[in-house]
Amino acid sequence: MRASLNRIYAMFLRYLYLHQRSLPRNLEIIFWPVMDLLVWGFVTLYLQKITSSAAGGIVVFLIGAMIFWDILYRAQQTISIPFMEDQWARNTLNLLISPLRFWEWMTAMICYGIVKITVIIMVLAVLAWQFYHYSIGSLGFSFLPLVANLLLFGWALGIFTTGLLLFWGHTAEALIWGIPFLIQPFSAVFYPMSVLPAWLQPVSRILPSTYVFEGMRGVIQNGTLDPALVWSAFGLNLVYLCLAGFSLRRMLVKARQAGRLSRLGSD
Amino acid sequence: MNHEQRTMNYIIELQELCKRYNGTDALKNLSFQLKKGEILGLLGPNGAGKTTAIHIILGLLTPTSGEVKVFGLSPVEHRFQLLPRLNFSSAYVNLPYNLTAIQNLELYARLYNVKEAGRKIKELLEIFQISHLGRRRAGFLSSGEQTRLNLCKAFLNDPELLLLDEPTASLDPDMADLVRKVIQKVQKERGITILYTSHNMAEVEMVCDRVLFIHRGEKKAEGTTKEVLEQFKTQNLEQVFIRIARSGDLLG
Repeated sequence: MRASLNRIYAMFLRYLYLHQRSLPRNLEIIFWPVMDLLVWGFVTLYLQKITSSAAGGIVVFLIGAMIFWDILYRAQQTISIPFMEDQWARNTLNLLISPLRFWEWMTAMICYGIVKITVIIMVLAVLAWQFYHYSIGSLGFSFLPLVANLLLFGWALGIFTTGLLLFWGHTAEALIWGIPFLIQPFSAVFYPMSVLPAWLQPVSRILPSTYVFEGMRGVIQNGTLDPALVWSAFGLNLVYLCLAGFSLRRMLVKARQAGRLSRLGSD
Repeated sequence: MNHEQRTMNYIIELQELCKRYNGTDALKNLSFQLKKGEILGLLGPNGAGKTTAIHIILGLLTPTSGEVKVFGLSPVEHRFQLLPRLNFSSAYVNLPYNLTAIQNLELYARLYNVKEAGRKIKELLEIFQISHLGRRRAGFLSSGEQTRLNLCKAFLNDPELLLLDEPTASLDPDMADLVRKVIQKVQKERGITILYTSHNMAEVEMVCDRVLFIHRGEKKAEGTTKEVLEQFKTQNLEQVFIRIARSGDLLG
């Protein structure tokens, strides 16, 4: 156990070191979230100005949704991108032949991701308050279970996409950036699930993110969080995490058979 | 010889190993053994199957058929029992470029659970004459310095088995000589078993106890340098290499 913790700490440090003496990398953490916040925030301010007063709450909905979407997206990226970093550095083979277990590697990425996401949330919270008088604290304690579920789903997606990287190498990179956007239209991020056509709603129902965004809107509208939504998201997240773990394992076996591990970083 | 005796004698044992990719044979019935404390040169032209064999031994690749044992165990099934006992260095694998040399070695010292890591790192940097580069990021090292840093990583866990894939490929003759001497010295002191690949046949003659030539995945010659030279009736391994590379089926 001590050796495992040591290896997790080693990999956690390895990813933190990416940010030493690197202004572009440090700016990259907050660049896109801040750009998203500014664009969405000002769009919603404009909409608020030109529509009736009934649409007054739109800022709160959309900015909240934008911040939550960013948490989900970054959670997925904080697993896949560190893995790609090692491929870009042609270091993956060294790690694969070291005593580092995959779960230890993933845990280190998750720890690194938590640090990154905490920084992002703090920066966005300050900016949202400064520009739009939106307080993330208005969600109260409901914020915690909702964010926890977003992180779990993001990590499940991250583990799945890492499996793709393991098998396909660099050629899968385009998918890594795009996969979260595949689920965005069905996750009821910026609109309720009821807006979707009836035939698409079952797709929406099998995504944990849908329950989180519905829950967030519920808190903003009524001040309460429906526990059923949190538990539904949690249950689905467990299923997705198991599926992602299983998929990664299968990809690893397949990659070992097909000789893909040997070529990681050089394809 | 029973299983236990074989395990004690052979660090690596390949039996009729085959690897087939998309209809092409990368390895065809390759068999060889590597005894404890021996340095075996695994030689052959580009695409001969050397890297495939090494990656199978490292458990990165599963064979299509045949058997491979490392310390008497399957490298795929007993991966985590074996990996702390071996290490690998290749001219084609790098360490993270944005970490300093010392940070890189500290990272791998933690991964391999190395005791007294600080002392060990200092010692290895001195041995490979890169102590003055400890605080420089790996990405800013020359390719020769990176190779020596990779070798520091390979020796970090005091491996019983070391797989060296062209360890002197990017070194100037002076540094290549230093690296060879260090490898030979450490091997003698600690009795490490080494599987060594190189295209520099003079180097192979100096370093290896035995050589094994493969071409198109098949074994073409095996023995001490003297035995192989006698078999091919040539003066040096370079001529053997060229004959095997150009005709492939000389002995087939």
